[in-house]
Amino acid sequence: MTAPTVADRRFGVFGGRYVPETLIQALDELTEAYAAAGTDPEFRSELAGLLADFAGRPTPLYHAQRLGEVIGHDSIYLKREDLNHTGAHKINNTLGQGLLAKRMGKRRIIAETGAGQHGVATATACALFDLECVVYMGEEDVERQALNVYRMELLGAEVRPVGSGTRTLKDATNEAIRDWVTNVEDTHYIIGSVVGPDPFPRMVRDFQAVIGREARQQLLDVAGRLPRVVVACVGGGSNAIGIFHEFVPDDGVELVGVEAGGAGLESGRHSASLAAGSPGVLHGSLSYLLQDSDGQVAPAHSVSAGLDYPGVGPEHSFLKDSRRARYTYVTDDEALDAFHRLSELEGIIPALESAHAVAHVLRHGPEYDGPIVVCLSGRGDKDVAHVARLEGRGSLL
Amino acid sequence: MIAQAFAARRAEGRAALVPYVTAGYPDRGSTVEVLEALADAGADVIELGVPFSDPLADGPTIQTSSFVSLGNGTTVAGVLEDLTAFRARRDTPVVLFTYLNPVIRYGPTAFLEDAVKAGAQGLLLTDLPTGADPVLEAEVIASPLDLVRLVAPTTPLSRVPAVAAGGSGFLYYISRTGVTGARTELRGELSKEVRAIRKAQDLPVAVGFGISSPEQAAFVASLADGVVVGSALVRILGESGVQAGADFVASLREAMDA
Repeated sequence: MTAPTVADRRFGVFGGRYVPETLIQALDELTEAYAAAGTDPEFRSELAGLLADFAGRPTPLYHAQRLGEVIGHDSIYLKREDLNHTGAHKINNTLGQGLLAKRMGKRRIIAETGAGQHGVATATACALFDLECVVYMGEEDVERQALNVYRMELLGAEVRPVGSGTRTLKDATNEAIRDWVTNVEDTHYIIGSVVGPDPFPRMVRDFQAVIGREARQQLLDVAGRLPRVVVACVGGGSNAIGIFHEFVPDDGVELVGVEAGGAGLESGRHSASLAAGSPGVLHGSLSYLLQDSDGQVAPAHSVSAGLDYPGVGPEHSFLKDSRRARYTYVTDDEALDAFHRLSELEGIIPALESAHAVAHVLRHGPEYDGPIVVCLSGRGDKDVAHVARLEGRGSLL
Repeated sequence: MIAQAFAARRAEGRAALVPYVTAGYPDRGSTVEVLEALADAGADVIELGVPFSDPLADGPTIQTSSFVSLGNGTTVAGVLEDLTAFRARRDTPVVLFTYLNPVIRYGPTAFLEDAVKAGAQGLLLTDLPTGADPVLEAEVIASPLDLVRLVAPTTPLSRVPAVAAGGSGFLYYISRTGVTGARTELRGELSKEVRAIRKAQDLPVAVGFGISSPEQAAFVASLADGVVVGSALVRILGESGVQAGADFVASLREAMDA
C-alpha cells in the first residue's frame, strides 16, 4: 500500500493532521489498520452482526403523522436512531472503533463526551469487548448529565471530570488528546464525532453512514421516492454526516444541518461554528471554528451539552463551502419547544440535540414540497432532569 | 543564529541551555524583564511561548500559565512588541513557540514578516508535524526564521531524516511520550535514543519535556547538544518571581558546565 498523500487526508482544504509529532505514528498505524479492516470480510460481518443483534439495527423510519398534521405537511419521517441500544447513534461508531482497537491489540480505550451519549456508547463497547475504558467529561457536563455519568460507571468505565478551560466538551477533548499523547502505545482514542485528525473524520463517517443507507432504502420502500430534504442537528456532526453521506450523490435531495443557535447569534452565546465561525485549527483538523480576532478559540454555548462545541467536522465545512449542504441554526428556546412538541404529539422524547433538527422542521417544514427525513439521533431521557430544572421543576427530581 | 549558538557551545564541549517561558506570565508587563533575566542567567536560546486557548500538547503548568497570560490580555501582536523591546537590549536568539491557530488567524505571511522584524530567529509550531501542510511548511522554511522540528519517542527512526530535512536551527527531541511537565525521572532509553537521532541526521539535538533539576540538566547535557527546560521554570516564575527563575536557570547553567 502506498502512503496516502495530503490530498486524501482532506475534504477540499479542510481536515488534515495537525497534531503533535508524538501521535503521527499512531495515526499512521490506525490509517493502515482501518484500511485493512475495511476490506476484511470477517471484520465487516462481525460488525454487521453486532449492529443487528447488539445495537438493534436497522432502526425504523417512522412516519410522524400527528407532527405532520400540526404543521401542515403529510410526509415527515423520523429516522429512529434513538431506538439504538444506549439510546443514540453513537453506538454505531463505538462498536466499529472498539472492534478495530481489538484488532490492533490496544487494551485501553479513552474517549471524550459532552452529553454523555458517546461516553455511554464507548463504555458499552468496552464492556462488550473487555477493554479498559476512561472517559473525559467537562465538569459542567458532569453536572448537567449526572445520569449518564452513573451509567458509564455502571458499565465499568472511569469518568474523569475536566475542570480546565470551559469545563465542557472542548476541554474534555483536549484532555483526551493529552492522555493519548501520553499513553499512545497501548491506548486507542475513540473519538465520538467526525472531528479530529485524519483518519477519524472519514472513519467515524463510514461507521455512521449506515444511518443514511438504511433511511434511503426505507423511504424508497414506503414512499417509492427519495426525500426532498434530509435534516439533522450538527455539533461535531456525526449523526448529520451519517445520514447525509448516502444522499450526497442524489442531486435532488437537499441536505440541511441545524446548529445550536444558543441564546441567538447576536448574543455571542451559541455553538454555530458554520454559521458564525471562520476556518481554523482545533483538535487536529482545519475546519470552521468559533474564535476571536487573535485566533483564540471562543467558548461555545448550547442548552444541549452534545452540541456545545466551538468546532465542527471538516467534511461539514467542505459540504458548506461546496454548497452541497446548507447549514442553519435554531435557538435554545426553539429546541426546548420542539422537545415538548415531539413528546406531546408523537410520544417520543427526543434528545435536546435531536430537538434542534425537529425545531427546524416545525418552523420550515411546510416550505419543503416532498418527503422530509429527520435524523432523530438520540432519546431524551438523559435530558429530562436538566429540562425540568430549567423550567423550575427541579424539586420533582 | 540559533545554529551558531549551538555550535559555539559545542566548540567548548558543552551543551546549549534553552529555557522556555510563556509570554505575558506571570504578568502582562513581565515578559521583557523575564527574557533579560534568562539571557543574563546563561540561556543560549530562549523559547518564548505565545499562549493559546487550547494547549493540548501542554501539561498543567504551561496550561495554567497560558490561561493566566490570556487573562492578562496577551495578544500575538503584544508578544511581538515585547520581543522587539527585548531585542533592543540583548542578542540571545528567540524561538517563538506556539500552536498553529493564532498564526493562521494572524495570517502566516504577515506573522512571519512581523516575527522577523521583532527579532525572532525561530518558530516552533506544536501542532504542525512534518508533512502535515507542505505549503505552509514551505513558507516558513523560505522565511528567515528557523523552523524547529520535534521528534518524539514514537517517531520511527526512518522518519527522522525527513523531519530534520524540513527543519533548521536544532531538532527538539521530546524525551518521553506525553505532555509538557516536570518529571522526577528521565527514561532509561534516553541516551541510546539521542545517539541514534544524532546519527540519523545533522542538526544539533536538544532534549526537553520533563527536565526539572540541575542534576537532570547536567545528565542530559552529557548526551545531547542542548537542554530545554520549560514547566519547572514556569512554575518557579509563577510561584517565586523573576529573580528566583533567573537563579534556577543559573543553577542549570552551572550544573551543565561543571
